[in-house]
Amino acid sequence: MDSALLVHRLHFAFTATFHYLFPQLTMGLALLIVVLKTIGSRRNDPVYNEAARFWGRIFGINFVLGVVTGIPLEFQFGTNWSHFSRFAGGVIGQTLAMEGMFAFFLESAFLGLFLFGEKRLSPKAHWLSAVAVFVGSWLSGYFIIATDAFMQHPVGYFTASDGSLQLGSFWDFVLNPWAGWQYAHNMGGAAITGAFIMTSVGAFYLLSAKWIAHARIFVKAGVVAGCLFSVLQIFPTGDKQGKMVTDLQPVTLAAMEGLFHGQPGAPLVIVGQPNEQQGKIDNPIEVPNMLSMLTYRRWSAHVRGLDSFPKQDWPGNIPLLYYSYHIMVGLGTVFVVIMLVALFLLWRGRLYNARWMLWILMLSTPFPYIANTAGWMTAELGRQPWLVYGLMRTEDGYSKTVSAGNGMFTLLGFTGIYTVLGILFLFLIWREIEHGPLVGNESASKLHPVEAR
Amino acid sequence: MASLWFGIVAAMITTYVVLDGFDLGAGAIYLIAARTNDERRRVLRAIGPVWDGNEVWLIAAGGTLYFAFPRLYASSFSGFYLPLTIVLWLLILRGIGIEFRAHIENRVWQDFFDVIFSISSILLTVFFGAALGNVVRGVPLDSTGYFFEPLWTNFKLGPQTGILDWYTVLTGVFALVTLTAHGSYYIALKTDEDLGRRARGFALLCWPAQFFLTFSTLVATYFIRPAIMANYGRHKIGILIPIAVVASLAVMLWANPKGKERLAFVASSLYITAMLVGAAFALYPVVLPARDHQYDLTIYNSAAGSHGLSVGLAWWTFAAVLVVAYFVFVYRMFRGKVQVGEGHY
Repeated sequence: MDSALLVHRLHFAFTATFHYLFPQLTMGLALLIVVLKTIGSRRNDPVYNEAARFWGRIFGINFVLGVVTGIPLEFQFGTNWSHFSRFAGGVIGQTLAMEGMFAFFLESAFLGLFLFGEKRLSPKAHWLSAVAVFVGSWLSGYFIIATDAFMQHPVGYFTASDGSLQLGSFWDFVLNPWAGWQYAHNMGGAAITGAFIMTSVGAFYLLSAKWIAHARIFVKAGVVAGCLFSVLQIFPTGDKQGKMVTDLQPVTLAAMEGLFHGQPGAPLVIVGQPNEQQGKIDNPIEVPNMLSMLTYRRWSAHVRGLDSFPKQDWPGNIPLLYYSYHIMVGLGTVFVVIMLVALFLLWRGRLYNARWMLWILMLSTPFPYIANTAGWMTAELGRQPWLVYGLMRTEDGYSKTVSAGNGMFTLLGFTGIYTVLGILFLFLIWREIEHGPLVGNESASKLHPVEAR
Repeated sequence: MASLWFGIVAAMITTYVVLDGFDLGAGAIYLIAARTNDERRRVLRAIGPVWDGNEVWLIAAGGTLYFAFPRLYASSFSGFYLPLTIVLWLLILRGIGIEFRAHIENRVWQDFFDVIFSISSILLTVFFGAALGNVVRGVPLDSTGYFFEPLWTNFKLGPQTGILDWYTVLTGVFALVTLTAHGSYYIALKTDEDLGRRARGFALLCWPAQFFLTFSTLVATYFIRPAIMANYGRHKIGILIPIAVVASLAVMLWANPKGKERLAFVASSLYITAMLVGAAFALYPVVLPARDHQYDLTIYNSAAGSHGLSVGLAWWTFAAVLVVAYFVFVYRMFRGKVQVGEGHY
């Protein structure tokens, strides 16, 4: 691989992956905070409002990190991927500009009011500002998904005389069928992260015998939301997403599933390492005929394998794509099991004392992050070798005038800064968790600056 | 239609500089003007509720530039690769400098983020000024429509320019002085007692430098690019711009010692607006001049397709009305002088 191409790909991959650790939690929490605040004002229960305030503080720290690591992504379309921007900017510039105009302004204006305006605003206005933050963050998600959906499945465009893509139909572009299911699947993933984090903090407090009343709310809200979204994540959103890949990117499907040879009654590989040299899966554990059933709803359906496509159109890194996909699906399945068991214990009234289950919930913290990251890797590695599917190859899209050396310089710079940011983030979040949900009332004004906005 | 979008993008960039300019200026005087922990917290409280919203203007302006002039976006962002990336790093540091400082009541922790906040604010003003200088001076675009500038070459204006040469260093210093004054007027407006007095003193100190740099930059610009005056000759309405510049400078000089902080701040905002509108007016219809003029990027060769631009106008107008409403609401919520003990930070 051309080394400049490699550097620019790593540059975007690293900064985007690091960035997405923060918005997936803020988008998930935004929804749960609205739920907590709604219950709090309905029942007039101060514990729910304290819970909402606690998660507002966690949200605030995450939001700052999300903002400062998000700006580089928009800039990188121009700095590192200028040939792509010139080619596709006439179309995807629409959604990127709309994200700023509709979502970021809304979010930034109302976050300050939500975090610091509780005393100045009426309860209803404060609730509305929480809803506005939720709407802003979820809108932002849609504009990004619609942009990515265009790269996965370009629609609503025409090719201008200079070879660039221009907007043909605004509604076709914005309502890309790919975007709908991808959005539902992605936001479900964010809600799962929010639910698991809320549950695990609650489980930690219960295991430490601290803040019991708040902890029970965290666990209850987290388990109910986590169960709902984990199930929806598999059916219908994950299933529909898989159908779209089957229909529109069949070579990607073959690579994800490690299906080297097309066949009727194709098996679903659960475990096994793709062996590209020999064109097979090593030590496979498979469910016979299952892949045919999942993709075409018939046990005997013929599924095209990698051998049905010219090698130049295969995704560049098949093993990484295969593992990303399998890690995502595997973890997604485990989430359903964990959350169903937890919900059952909650229903029987035994969850708060079931220490073994609380341990499992507490230790599950990193896995939603891994699953979300693996999911995005599946989508973006699966799109390869295309930058805009079928229209522009990745190797044609990066900034030809920015040398590998200059790219490496800024990649190393970002690596250094993000390492420091990551350490600061963990440190500050740990302090919030250690201080607990009640610290926010009076003394918190000094301790928690994000609150001041 | 492309002309309209030229105006919209220029207006958004101007709004960004006027709004985030006072946050950056406040950062520039922060270490010297605000000496005690209490004073520093008051500066942060003055900009805390608004800095993030102000910064969104940069993101939204960038997005709108991308949407309306994709070719300009592609060429300029990759050509200014190094300074833009450094700007991104500085924006990250500025953001965490403001937000993380007050998390821990510890002198060492606070001093660390104070310095991060102030240094990154100062460097940002210099980089933004140098960026504008680069655009006015012209860049080494070639027939591919791309270029790449190293951070500096020999500080001269040869065919192979760097981001920094004597002219862009001049515009960078000019921006530092202008935004330092702008931030000082804002802090004078939002605070009182010693802090407010010191901010006024800073603005007073900046004024002669700002006055001198306004004219020396103008002369230098005319010297390196005589064609810059062509639009002023062609459209007589342009004479309003230098009048606004001179008038706003005079109002700043008059209002500041009299304690009319609001008027001084408004004059400073008008001054920045007039300077940026003046630059846009002089450049039009060129959006990025090349050292060799046949490769200039103009609104005609870099705009997106006309259907996209007209569709965009509909949603942009709708969104802009909402945005103005949010800003009026937020600034009203946090109006008046910041008080000690009332808030956070």
